[in-house]
Order: sequence, then structure tokens, then C-alpha cells
Amino acid sequence: MGLILDGVLQAFRLLLAGDPEVWRITLLSLRISASATLLALAVGIPAGTLLALARFPGRALVISLVNTGMGLPPVVVGLFVTIVLWRNGLLGALELLYTPTAMVLAQLVIAAPIVTGLTLAAVQQIPDRFRLQLLALGASRVQMTWVLIKEARLPMLAALMAGFGGVISEVGASMMVGGNIKGSTRVLTTATVLETGKGNFDVAIALSVILLAITFLVNWALTWIQQRRRV
Amino acid sequence: MRPFSLFLLLAMSAPAALPAPATAQSSTVILSTTTSTQDSGLLEVLVPMFEKQSGLSVKTISVGTGQALALAARGEADVTLAHAPALEKKFVEDGKMLNRRLVMYNDFVIIGPEDDPARIKGTAKALDALKKLAATGARFVSRGDKSGTHALELALWKQAGIEPAAPWYIESGQGMGATLGIANDRRAYTITDRATFLAFQKRIALPILVEKDRPLLNIYSVMEVNPANGPRVNAAGGKAFADWMLTPEVQGVIRTFGVDKYGQALFVPIAGKKDEDF
Repeated sequence: MGLILDGVLQAFRLLLAGDPEVWRITLLSLRISASATLLALAVGIPAGTLLALARFPGRALVISLVNTGMGLPPVVVGLFVTIVLWRNGLLGALELLYTPTAMVLAQLVIAAPIVTGLTLAAVQQIPDRFRLQLLALGASRVQMTWVLIKEARLPMLAALMAGFGGVISEVGASMMVGGNIKGSTRVLTTATVLETGKGNFDVAIALSVILLAITFLVNWALTWIQQRRRV
Repeated sequence: MRPFSLFLLLAMSAPAALPAPATAQSSTVILSTTTSTQDSGLLEVLVPMFEKQSGLSVKTISVGTGQALALAARGEADVTLAHAPALEKKFVEDGKMLNRRLVMYNDFVIIGPEDDPARIKGTAKALDALKKLAATGARFVSRGDKSGTHALELALWKQAGIEPAAPWYIESGQGMGATLGIANDRRAYTITDRATFLAFQKRIALPILVEKDRPLLNIYSVMEVNPANGPRVNAAGGKAFADWMLTPEVQGVIRTFGVDKYGQALFVPIAGKKDEDF
């Protein structure tokens, strides 16, 4: 127990003393995971809405695939993205492996199915009658879709939170495609693994506390946006 | 409505939030190496020095020695720093690695529970100690991860004529730090490099029982990657790093590394020596 307390105190000390390395790691974690989540929204909201509204053969199969994708193991994503980005790999010419961009890419693959799946659920829970009523009132298809997306915005915030939570906490893919390079691709989760390996348990706990605090603050802000109109 | 529009706007502008693309890769050297060089902190001193002097940027990928060599053999790295001489020589013979040169050494130690149920404390020969472990069936934790430490451990069992097996032989499949934790918890014996042992000394109750035997020597070598291994190997950059590791300046840094933290140096520099010298 003493060790955990030491770690919590160490977390405050590192942040308040403005330890440049810890700040850099923290900001990089945020930047990578926020970029990946935003890209996942750009992909997932249109895809989820389309899946909810369109009817086409094989739709059930596609939805099953998306739902499976919501539970993709990050380490599997990391392995495949690594192989694709290898110098000898499909996208080797881009020389992206061991860069923050590669980490954004891997996290996008993890977050996109989560956002798609939850958007699909959010749009689908709007009663069919509402949709028919919109069309009856003379809305075009584009107008109707826009109203439906707006109607589903609160559950979609949950998609945002789940996507961000999934990628900021992920270590397997970041370690593999990023390489945990100091000053370049070292983020909170990979730094925690490294410090544990070095036997610096207090620093590892401090990094974990910072990670938890960030995740809490982001979710707290989003929950506030989500809930304030409800009361 | 406003926060929602904002979030859609953010979603649309996401690509702009992408981190800046990597800098020109021709000036990048990928160093594949072992976890021990990183966990000891040595590379965090040496790599920035090299980057400053050469103007090249180094990407250090710390994995087990087996994986470090495998990546290099696929042309996914430019230079390798490893510690498994037999395995390294095989890669050199196969033409995958070039110009293997010794850099430094430290040593392995056999540690175990204080009460030493297999009575190996003070045994001069590591092989005799392992035979006693097998004979008494005392628990032993192996890395089991194809690392340099694992390779050395397997070679020792082989020389001792023993095929280690469960239930007394436990494979952790993890790094040295995690393996020390498991050995400590299970009150088991294990083999560790001295640098990692010193880093963990305060947290584990497993004293050194056998040390300073020739087979326990842990020799690190640097090797360049054959450019034929893949289309984008930075051969010049890899050679620059390998040459630099052997300069008197760097060898001097290695000689004193760790003295301030542990009261003793963690590595002994040996540039210019050959395997036969040991």
C-alpha cells in the first residue's frame, strides 16, 4: 500500500515540478488518441448511420462484423498494422512504422468499429414512426438523416467516450507500431510498461495515475455535455 | 445544439489534428536491440550522444535478442546490438548480419531463495549448480522468450545434459524484471543479468548464489544489417552507429555507466577484443 501512495505523490510531484519528459509523454498520449478518436468519428458516424438506415443484402453480416470489430484485441491490430507498415510490407514505401502517425492509424482501426457500432445502435433506437413522420412532413432524405443524427447525438457522445477510452488505455498496438521510442512515440501506457520493466514502480504508478486522471477528466467533460440538457 | 455541432466540426477536421509526418527517413537509423540495454538506462545515455554527433536520428526498438535479430534479418532494422554470441554467429554465417564486433560485457548471476533448498550457494561452476537444481527438483523460473538471457540459460542446460521440464521448471515468457518478480513470489531460482538484478535488488529477497564463472559471461556485440535483406536498409547509417559504439569516447562512457547509481559499473567495454580472448 505504501508503494501506491508513494506513486500517487510522485505523480503530483512530476506534474507540478513540470518534468518535461512526463508532460511530453502525457501530451503525446492525448494528441494521438484524440486524433484517432476524431478520425474514428469521421468514419464511424456516417458508416453507422448508413448501416442503421439502409437496407441491402448482407447487411446482417456487415453488422455482425462491426460488432465483432468492437472487441478487436489491440495486440492483434498492432501485429497486422506492423506487418503492413514494415519496410517490406504493403505500405512500406511510406516509412510510417515507429511514428506517431502509425499509432494513430492502429488506434483508428481499434476505435472505428466501436464508434460505428454504437452510432448504429443510437440511430436505430429512434422509433420508425418518427422517420415516417419526417418524410410525411416533406423532409428530403438528406434533411431526414441530419435530423436523425441530431436526435441520436446523446448516445453518440457515449460512442465518443467509448472510442476514446478504448484507445487511450491501449498498450499492445502502441508498443508494436510505435516502438516506445523516447521523445517520439513513448506514450503513457508504453512508458508504464517500460518503467515497470526497469523496476521503477513508483514512476510506473505515477504514470498510471496521470492516465486515469486524464481519462476521468475527458469523460467528465463529455458526460457534462451529455447530461446537462437532461435535467 | 452548439456542443454537438462543435463535435461534428471536430470530427470533420480530424485529419488536421494528425501529428506532423515523420521527418525524412534517410536520416533515420533503426537500432534493434535487447531489453536489457534499454532497461539498464545505457541507451538513453548513448543514443542522444550519437544523434547529436552524427545528425542522424535513431529509432531504438527494444525486444528480445531473438526478435532483434529476426527483424534485422528481414531488413526491418539497420544495426543490431545483441547478447547471444552463438545465435549471432549463425546470422553472420547465413549472411544476414555483417561485421560482428564485440562492444562490452557484463555477467549473469544465479539467484535463489535465502534458505537455498538445493544447496548451490558458493558452487564455483554454474553447470554443477544447475545439476543440483535438477536433481533436487527446486523451482526454477526461465524467461522462455527467446531473449539473449534465455538463449544462454538453454545453452547451460544443454551443456549440463539436462532437459528441464515442468513442474519444477517454470517459463514466464516475459522480460527480466517481470521474471524476477515471479521468481521472488514463487521462491524460485533464476538466472539474471547483473544490471537488472541491481535495479531490482531492493524489491526481491533472492540473493546471488553463483557468480563469476566463465559460462556466465554476457557478451554484447554490434552487427550491421546486410543491405540485401530488404529494399530500404540504411546501411551507411547502421555502420556509422556500429563504428561509433567502438570509439574510445563511447567505450569510456560505458566504463563508468552505473557507478553513480549502483556504486559499480554495469558493463565492461571490450572494443577490439575477440570471442577467443574470453
